[in-house]
Amino acid sequence: MATYSTNEFKLGLKVMLDSDPCSIIENEFVKPGKGQAFNRVKLRNLKTGRVMEKTYKSGESLPGADVIELEMQYLYNDGDMWYFMDQNSFEQFAADENAVADAKQWIKGEEMCLVTLWNNAPLSVAAPNFVVLEITDTDPGVRGDTAQGGSKPATLETGAVVKVPLFIENGELLKIDTRTGEYVSRAKD
Amino acid sequence: MGETTDWKPTADFATLIKRAELYKTIREYMSANAVLEVDTPILSHSGISDPYIESVKANSRNYTSDLYLQTSPEFCMKRLLAAGCGSIYQIAHVFRDEEQGRHHATEFSMLEWYRLNMNYHELMDDVIALMQVLGLTVPVKLSYAEAFDQVLRINPHDGDLPALRSRASKFGLASENLDKNQLLDFLFSSVVIKQINAAKNLIIYDYPAEMAALASIRHDDYAIAERFELFVNGLEIANGYNELTDVDEQRERFTRDLNLREKNHADLLPIDEYFLSALDSGLPICSGVAVGLDRLLMVLMNKERIEDVMSFTLVNN
Repeated sequence: MATYSTNEFKLGLKVMLDSDPCSIIENEFVKPGKGQAFNRVKLRNLKTGRVMEKTYKSGESLPGADVIELEMQYLYNDGDMWYFMDQNSFEQFAADENAVADAKQWIKGEEMCLVTLWNNAPLSVAAPNFVVLEITDTDPGVRGDTAQGGSKPATLETGAVVKVPLFIENGELLKIDTRTGEYVSRAKD
Repeated sequence: MGETTDWKPTADFATLIKRAELYKTIREYMSANAVLEVDTPILSHSGISDPYIESVKANSRNYTSDLYLQTSPEFCMKRLLAAGCGSIYQIAHVFRDEEQGRHHATEFSMLEWYRLNMNYHELMDDVIALMQVLGLTVPVKLSYAEAFDQVLRINPHDGDLPALRSRASKFGLASENLDKNQLLDFLFSSVVIKQINAAKNLIIYDYPAEMAALASIRHDDYAIAERFELFVNGLEIANGYNELTDVDEQRERFTRDLNLREKNHADLLPIDEYFLSALDSGLPICSGVAVGLDRLLMVLMNKERIEDVMSFTLVNN
């Protein structure tokens, strides 16, 4: 893998730091007029999500991380691993629970997900921004209460629980924003 | 048909107008103080020896040796001072390679001025007076040692390398094997100046002797460079000196700088012998300061990026 010098640092560049792949999310050139130049860098650890700030003497290098993002279709979960397919190469990838930690509660099969591969293995999976899921359990709907006020928990077919307005009924299809985990609207069939 | 769509200036018109007003105010201030405007060349056969400033090289078919774009108009202006032209100022374009970022551009504008028979504290007052004319608040003055003591409780002059290393790594310095000056540069720019809350605006003065550049050195408990810098909202705006007038010491510093550059595998530029001869013939007692005009405009116009105050940059020129 190539190494990247501080003058090649840019947002989104994937580098290795303490044997973890990281993404550069901020890069600032800092130099006292007469003094040593530095690059003050914010990096997100792609395994843990943790953000840290590091400063490098300008001209130093970091090894690149073999990280790519691919759109893949979610196939199924065998109880242990979650399986995804690259629809261009038809290659299948197995993601462990860590990688699907957030995404798994929103996907049931066939969704197109953004899979981040590190050394050709799924590191993280992002669910589509919006999904449509059926309610499997919620309290009976309150008729007429379409205007305002109140919410109740509803369990979706994937097991995720979201807050919905009181008028929503069991068995309805809902549009959910997976980035916030919030109910958006009823979905039309 | 034009081939690009980004031909328009990167600064808005209000900022372009503000720059014109700023230059006018500066010229009025200098004229009222009997400081003469001068104009010196940008191209030179020789360059600077600063360990951490890189020159942009230029070529001309008229000359067999390389030419260099100035990183500051200092040498020519000091030759004018030695020739007896009294207090002078200049607004000049200067060039520094390998400097690019939110607060750095390879080419930028500098106001540099020299006042005869002023020491550097008197020149700080002169800088403050000009800043007040421009509507900026009076900065708080702190010595480099006081600033380090306030924020980090360490003495930057006593040179305890392991202590500096451990503090630097605690604040996120990932590079190893830095020398004392590099560690101080990191702590100063990334910690001290960021955290000091004494005031919006600061003048820091009396730097470690190793950071003297072209400033005179005084021997107190430690060797102190008679140098100052102005910071507005944490941004370095100006750098000034009690000017070194001793030619032998100047030559020694050039040699020491070049040795350090050689060690760092940096370019070695020819020393400016005209400048040294001028010093030898006698530079009057004076202080001088350089102000980054683009950053000053950033502060005055509340802009985030240096290209926001420049008509065009190398991105679209």
